[in-house]
Amino acid sequence: MSAVRGVVAAVAVALALVLQVSVFGPLAWEGVVPNLCLLVVVAGALTRGPQFAMVLGFGAGLLLDLAPPADHVAGRWALALLLVGYLVGRVRPESRPTATTVVATVAGASFVGTSVFALSGVLLSDPVVGVGETLSVLAVSLVWDVLLTPFVLPPLMALFRRLEPAHAL
Amino acid sequence: MALLDRVGTARRAPGTPREEQPVRPGRPGRSRRTRSLMSRHERRERRWGHEGGTGAEPPRASRSLLVALLLASATVTTLDLATGEDSPLDPVRGVLADTMGPAQGAATAVVRPFTAIGGWFESNGSLRDEVATLEAENSALRSELNTSAYDRNRLAEYDGLTSVAADLGYSLVPSRVVGVGPAQSFSSTVTIDAGTDAGVQPDMTVVNNDGLVGRVLSAGRSTATVLLLVDPEATVGARVGDSMEMGFLSGRGVIGDEGRLDLELVDDSSVPARADSVVTWGSDGGAPYLAGIPIGRVTKVYSSLRETAQRAVIDPYVDFGALDLVGVVVPTGTRSDRGIIGADGEIAGGGR
Repeated sequence: MSAVRGVVAAVAVALALVLQVSVFGPLAWEGVVPNLCLLVVVAGALTRGPQFAMVLGFGAGLLLDLAPPADHVAGRWALALLLVGYLVGRVRPESRPTATTVVATVAGASFVGTSVFALSGVLLSDPVVGVGETLSVLAVSLVWDVLLTPFVLPPLMALFRRLEPAHAL
Repeated sequence: MALLDRVGTARRAPGTPREEQPVRPGRPGRSRRTRSLMSRHERRERRWGHEGGTGAEPPRASRSLLVALLLASATVTTLDLATGEDSPLDPVRGVLADTMGPAQGAATAVVRPFTAIGGWFESNGSLRDEVATLEAENSALRSELNTSAYDRNRLAEYDGLTSVAADLGYSLVPSRVVGVGPAQSFSSTVTIDAGTDAGVQPDMTVVNNDGLVGRVLSAGRSTATVLLLVDPEATVGARVGDSMEMGFLSGRGVIGDEGRLDLELVDDSSVPARADSVVTWGSDGGAPYLAGIPIGRVTKVYSSLRETAQRAVIDPYVDFGALDLVGVVVPTGTRSDRGIIGADGEIAGGGR
């Protein structure tokens, strides 16, 4: 992984976290905000494949786990986003993905990411949350992520595509 | 043989070779099949590996990376979970609080004018309705006050006493909410823009002008993380104001209109009335919660025969979905980088 690509990815993730926490905070619907970090990981996975996406997901997750408003046991988002990166990277289409594919992938990724996080919470008995509550959060976050996809994914994918090894340096 | 050649040329003519058809024994057919197999293999390689074209990587590499990263996240979780209070990740958390916290503050400052736009679109009609409801409520409250003049006088005396008592100890550090933790993380926390520089320390009470907000979990230099009352892990000792009945209050993890709290009452003989107010009973030394801070009002009471306890549902006074200006309760005389609000409403100090 080239240094430029790493720096760009880190900046994208940090920006996503700040936007997610500060800008979408007042707009939250039932407290749920769009998971921009997850969208960054999906964009990375769709353009650059599982290896890049796994590292990106791990880093983004660790940032989500440790940066200020977080209070849960660290490593839970890292695990969730790492798996999202791996899965999306494995199932990504060979050619340039169509709009429908991207939306479907984001929906799947959002479901998998939030579920893995919730399940890790159940295993570690970190927060005590009911099943109904968990499902409603899952549904709302899925809707949020899909709604934001047309605005977030195309520029991010273009960015990551421009950082192909051939153009990188 | 001539027939075979003709078939071969006829097949080649359309341009796209059909790979699925069993090919007759003959040299051109066999070579085409091997070529198509190779290209299929190459395509598969390309699909699993990098797109770069500098040589496809085998899937084994990505699998070992997956295992390595899975182990890394498990290690992080174990480290954080097993070491408890003084986690080795705390320095990292501190660094992130000092870098991401100010970034969140800056982003909120940029966005605040835009999030206020929503208020402009409230129609005249809805504002009129609001005024009417508020006037009705106001007159109801006033009549209530007038009918209980004696109570009011007595209360005023007590209030004087308590404010004197409050004068002895505590002041407020004003601050704003700059970041809200997502509900996807299943914990209700916010970032505020006051940290240790402003005199904020962990386990301090956070209030706003409606009532109790929560307590400080951790403080960086310029920001602090606050655990809200509605978090399922936040437990507050509370008493029903009208009967002094004690109980334990816990959140449900829901922010917004349905953000309710559950009050588990210790004594099941006296039933709290609807709209009774609930206040904190305070902890030893005023940390993490001070005594007598209003929390909310009773909306429903359930009694459970099996657990021989009563559970009251509390509607909090604070609107957790729209938190902005909050105050952190600090001991009077704390050194701070901003003006501290004293118990008498006076602003003391202030480096700003």
